[in-house]
Amino acid sequence: MADFETVVVETDVLILGGGMAACGAAVEAAYWARQNGLKVTLVDKAAVDRSGAVAMGLSAINQYVGLKDGANTVKDYVDYVRNDLMGVTREDLVANIARHVDSSVHLFEKWGLPIWKDEQGNYVHEGRWQLMINGESYKVVIAEAAKNALLDAGVGQIFERVFIVGPIMDGERCAGAVGFSVRENKFYVFKSKATLVAMGGAVHVFKPRSSGEGMGRAWYPPWNSGSSAYFTLKAGAEMTCQEVRFIPVRFKDAYGPVGAWFLLFKSRATNAEGGNYMIERKDELEKWGPYGRVKPVPANLRNYLGMLDTMEGKGPIHMRTEEAIGKIADTHKDDPKAYKKKMKELESEAWEDFLDMTISQALLWAATNLQPEDRSSEIAAAEPYFIGSHSGASGAWISGPEDLQTDGTRKEYFWGYAHMSTVPGLFCAGDASGASSHKFSSGSHAEGRIAAKAAVKYVVEHNTQPKLEAAAIEALKQEILAPLDTFEQFKHTTTDPEVNPNYIKPRMFMFRLQKIMDEYAGGISAQFTTNEALLKRALELLAFLKEDSAKLAAANLHELMRCWENVHRMWQAEAHVRTVLFREETRWPGYYFRADRPKVDEEKWHVFANCRFDPATNGWEMMTRPILHIFPKETAKVAA
Amino acid sequence: MPSYVNPDKCDGCKAQDKTACQYICPNDLMVLDKQTMKAYNQDVTMCWECYNCVKICPNQAVEIRSYADFVPLGASATPMRSTDSIIWTIKFRNGTIKRFKFPIRTTPEGKAVPDGGFETKGDLNAQELFTEPASVGMADIFHLN
Repeated sequence: MADFETVVVETDVLILGGGMAACGAAVEAAYWARQNGLKVTLVDKAAVDRSGAVAMGLSAINQYVGLKDGANTVKDYVDYVRNDLMGVTREDLVANIARHVDSSVHLFEKWGLPIWKDEQGNYVHEGRWQLMINGESYKVVIAEAAKNALLDAGVGQIFERVFIVGPIMDGERCAGAVGFSVRENKFYVFKSKATLVAMGGAVHVFKPRSSGEGMGRAWYPPWNSGSSAYFTLKAGAEMTCQEVRFIPVRFKDAYGPVGAWFLLFKSRATNAEGGNYMIERKDELEKWGPYGRVKPVPANLRNYLGMLDTMEGKGPIHMRTEEAIGKIADTHKDDPKAYKKKMKELESEAWEDFLDMTISQALLWAATNLQPEDRSSEIAAAEPYFIGSHSGASGAWISGPEDLQTDGTRKEYFWGYAHMSTVPGLFCAGDASGASSHKFSSGSHAEGRIAAKAAVKYVVEHNTQPKLEAAAIEALKQEILAPLDTFEQFKHTTTDPEVNPNYIKPRMFMFRLQKIMDEYAGGISAQFTTNEALLKRALELLAFLKEDSAKLAAANLHELMRCWENVHRMWQAEAHVRTVLFREETRWPGYYFRADRPKVDEEKWHVFANCRFDPATNGWEMMTRPILHIFPKETAKVAA
Repeated sequence: MPSYVNPDKCDGCKAQDKTACQYICPNDLMVLDKQTMKAYNQDVTMCWECYNCVKICPNQAVEIRSYADFVPLGASATPMRSTDSIIWTIKFRNGTIKRFKFPIRTTPEGKAVPDGGFETKGDLNAQELFTEPASVGMADIFHLN
């Protein structure tokens, strides 16, 4: 076996990840841990200043409820999320995030994040729930508060560039995590009394549109590789909404954000004939039960209407930026000076929207000599992603808070600690927790805080050292480092290290996974369409891939990380395929279409589709869980 | 090749234990070639073009050449990031130049105070989080009736 020192770190609360949810968790855990004499450890595979989905920055905060101004209520947000997800949502979880998210946003402002204000000093809204920010350093500011909280209080330590592979267990209870440094030959064992998973969603499970250099230009960052899903699955946690993949419609190829254009600038999207699919295909919405009648139209149905245009050969679809800017500037057309000033302001806002969070899109505009006030830009549906936020919903099935339950929901949705998975001591937040969509950056931070406080409470009430068997740890070390050994053993048996019958490199392993998912599980090439036979074939091919994962080979620490990232993706893929197969209907047609079950089936499938991998038997269980409501009847089932 | 390094400007972050770009890259792509003492991007197909290596380089040695598989050549976006703002210079393929300046933070670097000046009321068993309810801006957080 490769010669790696084993480093054992003992802690009370272990936070895995370094993004928005993990940083929220750090700030919260530091306070309660100090009061209770506990230790907190945060482990990030990158540098906390610029890790996670907000590493580049953001141009908007997408969840702000505005409770103090009476702008909206918690129930308003719950209604919005449930409708957007075609009725499938945990109201207790969404309400819990919604009641705390404003607190996180107000903290961001105090920490130094510039939030746009109008002349009266009120936040500038992009849409009902969205605030405009100058967000280039959003993550830097949030990370700074997290680091100051952990380090200044003397309760915490931070490990950067340590890649977490999977969980360690003490019977049914999660006892920490194992991983390795991507900088030096060290194998890490983190022993903890409570573990909080916040390692993001999964990108590159499906084949992306760009397959050359542009492969890295995924909408969500390529370093989000399914580590949360793998960790929770391998711990034996019940998972939810694994069939719900998110397909964002964004500016084509560079995936620049569309929110500011649709919401702030009120732009239209039109097809090659100038037609607006949201109007011309309005009748199609009637086919999707009560969800087609809600406002705003659910994201997946908006996608679907645009996809119908594309499939009928009416592309390209254009965001009419020139028309939108023209309309706004025209309000000043009688005053040339004011007109010029407004145009200048709009130009700056349009470019900042990209420069804050998708610089590639600004480059694409510049490289094609495009100025948004002169010409429109193409938009298109991206490849599928797995996230617990936006209109995605995949993640672990977690307990809600005790006080946001009714007599009807308590038995199903509450088991002791808020945002704890079905595995004792294992907490989840951000993209790691499911059925609580639309949490975005701010809600993920708030959820990290919720989960961290509950984790501290768990430790205070279960303050015993987990028991670990040395032999089990040694076996994990051997398994995790195996790709290095495989490479060393066989590297001289061919003249090209990339081609060798004894092993597979992580890059080709990823391509094989992406091809399976793309062609059989409804990726871009399959027009997001699949059926039972295709899904069963996907499972057969995934089984071969899983066998071959034992033959992954790594030439160095970087490749060792890539090996495990792709194993993580593969597990996310399998959970997805099994759940798409299990749910015998089409509920989110703009995310995927089951051609053999082309309609929504409210009678049978107005439920959560959950799954669980059983580490004891290596088998999968599929189950449904009821959708229950915590708000009074008028909003129950679906708001028309 | 998404991010690339100008060898005339890169000095391998002399005297540091690792290069700045290697420290910051969220995807572990930037590495130092110990022979030449120059940094490079080890897998350009996994680069998100997040510009963190460009922004952090003390010598402005790192730049971005857009994804060649879908972006025409000839454009550039060059940031100049200070402690409170960022200035972008955008060069179009046809030579047009645009310049934008945006604020990036309102507090001095390093000074984010975790509690933001908000008092914490609840205890470990309460639903109120650290800094709540003050940080929500209300007398109490939301509860079900």
